[in-house]
Amino acid sequence: MRIIIVGCGKIGTTIISSLVSEGHDVVAVDSNRDAVDNVGNIYDVMCLCGNGVDCETLSEAEVEKAELFVAVTGSDEFNMLSCYIARSMGAKHTVARIRNPEYNDKSLGFMRQQLEISVALNPELFTAQEIFNTLKLQAAVNIETFSRRNLEMVDLILDQDSRIDGLSLSELRKKYRANYLIAAVRRGNEVIIPGGSFVLRRGDKIGLVAAPSEVQKLLKMLGFEQKQARSVIILGASMTAFYLAKMLIASGNAVKIIDKDEERCREFADSLPEAVVIHGDGAEQELLIEEGIASADAFVTLTGIDEENILISFFAASQKVPKIITKVNRSELAAMAEKLGLTSIVSPKKIVSDILTRYARALKNSLGSNVETLYKLMDSSVEALEFNVSDDFVGLNIPLKDMKFKPNLIIAGIIRRRKPIIPSGDDRILPGDKVVVVAAGQKFIDLSDILM
Amino acid sequence: MNKRKVFSTIGIIAVVEGLLFLLPAIVAFCYREKRAMMAFLISALIAAAFGGVLMAFSKPRNDVIYAKEGFAIVSLAWVVMSAFGALPFVLSGEVSSYADAFFETVSGFTTTGASVLTSVEDKSHGLLFWRSFTHWIGGMGVLVFMMAIVSNVADRSIHIMRAEMPGPTVGKLAPRVKDTAKILYLIYIVLTVIQIILLLLGGMPFFESVIHAFGTAGTGGFGAKNDSIAGYSPYLKNVITVFMLLFGVNFNLYYLLLIRKFRSVIKSTELWCYLVIVGVSVGIITLNILPSYEGFGAALEDAAFQVSSIITTTGYATTDFNLWPQLSKSILFMLMFVGACAGSTGGGLKVSRVIIIFKLIFRELRKMLHPRSVNSVKFEGKSVEKTTLDSVATYFAVYIICLAAIFIILCFEPSGFDFETNLTAAVACFNNIGPGFGGVGPASNFAAYSPVSKLVLSAAMLLGRLEIFPLILVCSPSTWRRNR
Repeated sequence: MRIIIVGCGKIGTTIISSLVSEGHDVVAVDSNRDAVDNVGNIYDVMCLCGNGVDCETLSEAEVEKAELFVAVTGSDEFNMLSCYIARSMGAKHTVARIRNPEYNDKSLGFMRQQLEISVALNPELFTAQEIFNTLKLQAAVNIETFSRRNLEMVDLILDQDSRIDGLSLSELRKKYRANYLIAAVRRGNEVIIPGGSFVLRRGDKIGLVAAPSEVQKLLKMLGFEQKQARSVIILGASMTAFYLAKMLIASGNAVKIIDKDEERCREFADSLPEAVVIHGDGAEQELLIEEGIASADAFVTLTGIDEENILISFFAASQKVPKIITKVNRSELAAMAEKLGLTSIVSPKKIVSDILTRYARALKNSLGSNVETLYKLMDSSVEALEFNVSDDFVGLNIPLKDMKFKPNLIIAGIIRRRKPIIPSGDDRILPGDKVVVVAAGQKFIDLSDILM
Repeated sequence: MNKRKVFSTIGIIAVVEGLLFLLPAIVAFCYREKRAMMAFLISALIAAAFGGVLMAFSKPRNDVIYAKEGFAIVSLAWVVMSAFGALPFVLSGEVSSYADAFFETVSGFTTTGASVLTSVEDKSHGLLFWRSFTHWIGGMGVLVFMMAIVSNVADRSIHIMRAEMPGPTVGKLAPRVKDTAKILYLIYIVLTVIQIILLLLGGMPFFESVIHAFGTAGTGGFGAKNDSIAGYSPYLKNVITVFMLLFGVNFNLYYLLLIRKFRSVIKSTELWCYLVIVGVSVGIITLNILPSYEGFGAALEDAAFQVSSIITTTGYATTDFNLWPQLSKSILFMLMFVGACAGSTGGGLKVSRVIIIFKLIFRELRKMLHPRSVNSVKFEGKSVEKTTLDSVATYFAVYIICLAAIFIILCFEPSGFDFETNLTAAVACFNNIGPGFGGVGPASNFAAYSPVSKLVLSAAMLLGRLEIFPLILVCSPSTWRRNR
């Protein structure tokens, strides 16, 4: 599939990397010669140095042959215009990165319709949403949601005195009877799709799948702390911080935002009167202590500098803040920070590239069942996919225990008429269902791919 | 340095060459040349075994290659290909010394066409086919061929392509290297087949048509006759003239024709310069040699053939241009340096580099007159990047230094050739042309040189084909040292 990507910045490069590994024909366009050259040296893509709004550049990129056109430069207006022109020149689907809050209200739908933009990407909003989800459960390191929050996968880390340390999955099932399933476990650098005889150990990161309404109860039963955050300190008055603060305030939390830049602080104070906005350097420990970091329920670092986020998160950890979320954009730094003990790390780049990967995979698949959601879990080698089941799926109406699946995958959930089912061997897949599959080391475009 | 990846790629190349040996073996079988066939089969076994062992012992831990690995893969691949390619010549007993066979193979792969064989007509068909087939493979590039057929190409493989494809910059035709390689080979194959058909229509026997089409396509110059093309009809000579010129054009332009972007083809500066250089040279030479010819037509025909043959660095000859007047010889000598267009199968400096060098000179002159002026160098309607300008200027300097070094080394030759012979031998090998003037003119060949000089000239051919830098880098110890 031919995909054109305009903008080779951080987000663009991540998207290119994941789309190339999916096997697409990618054309990268940027007006900065060094940026495109760099991309061309690393990935097997065609590079064009030029203006993404200029139709001569676009016709050189053969936009009329493109199935997907993605504009992810730093400027919303540029992206919209670029998508509009590409669409008029014959690109089948267009994706624009639109992050300004002013465009992300009611006008977004109108604009998308007028400009025929298929998907509006807002990395900041997506990131804020993910952080917001994670803040709701203190024990959860990460939460992935499926089918409009009808099913959730909660990532948990088993600490020293965990109740379920040393239990095998079948023992766990007998001891704690409820509707849940452990779909993936990361131990060290290895990610495992566990079977019944798998024994949990402390330090494991587990992916627990359950219905959102039962997650609270379940975590309590399994012995995880689960105080919901009430007062949150956000460091860095970024766009993500704005969206996050808005969501937190709307759900009744106390929000404190700290930023170095006076102008930004004033803007925030204007648009978020309920929040406490502090003008000061978050790297100063004195200031953080003064602003009550020790008594905060959660601490979120959202400055533009990865290193600063990581270091200040460590300080917060030393102050015993129960929940710390760190935004880290560079994947190598994220891996390092995780190794050093930071548990909840969000990466806007990764969130966006997951969305685009899923979108491209759904486009590639002309068959009935589509990829609805896609997450790369743990260290990207495991994928959680949500498929729509079509009427011609070969495994319809057969009990799961009688079906032959490929190794290293698990059916983690079935969603039938908005009701989640945690499947056992006797459950069947029916037409119209949505099926969540967790698989290690494989890439699926269609539900029937999971069968032997 | 990812040595495992480098060596396993070399292993793949050796196996691919082993498979390629099967083609001449089939030819030898068809002509019932038992000895040649056995030579090819044994060579195939040796090459495949070597490649297999190399692949088995150096399974890469990762596929990451950087510019360094790209250079190493390309230069080693060419040396290894030539070393194995020489085997059939020796095993069949038709060439006595390995140095001769190696020279002949390098000359084949680098599409030089310089020969040490005093007579080709008594050689077996299988061997003649292999000799010309090396031109065809070497013309577009061995690794480009490998990338077109190997199923998955690693990230960053653009470094390999960049090291192998001649010209100041390398542009992709399709998003993926593999598809680009496929498109290039497709154009190459189609043009070759058209030429074979046209030669057949002119009454050339099938075997000779194939041989000459290979020689033209790779801009090589190996033929099937001792007097090169001189014995064929004017029609056949003209077909070869046209196709030599066609294979000297940047292949990207053919792709643009295919996708119907005629305007960009017509606007190509390099193409126009190339055609103008050819036209003007043909005109001057025709007038210059007219007195010794019977008619204008015959003179024009020979002039056009010889100019095309030299500028595209093919090296076919319809006449002994060594006997031409001094002016004509000097023009041909200059054309040896210019070479064909970038992105073609030809060698030499490349027309685009010559254009950029001249523009650089004008820019410097302007800068001397107006020290504060800000100027950009434009080429093909776009301003050229500073890095490209620097690399072109550096390349030109290194090119001249290498040429001088090769020339000086040749002068140590014990048999003591004259100035013209040594100079043109160096120039003709370094630019991948084939025949020079004097003792290495079209009527004679390189057989008289000592084995050491033959190796030096082989190195010169490889340097010329790979555009110097890959070979120099692979010979420098810091490329291989662990901690650099």
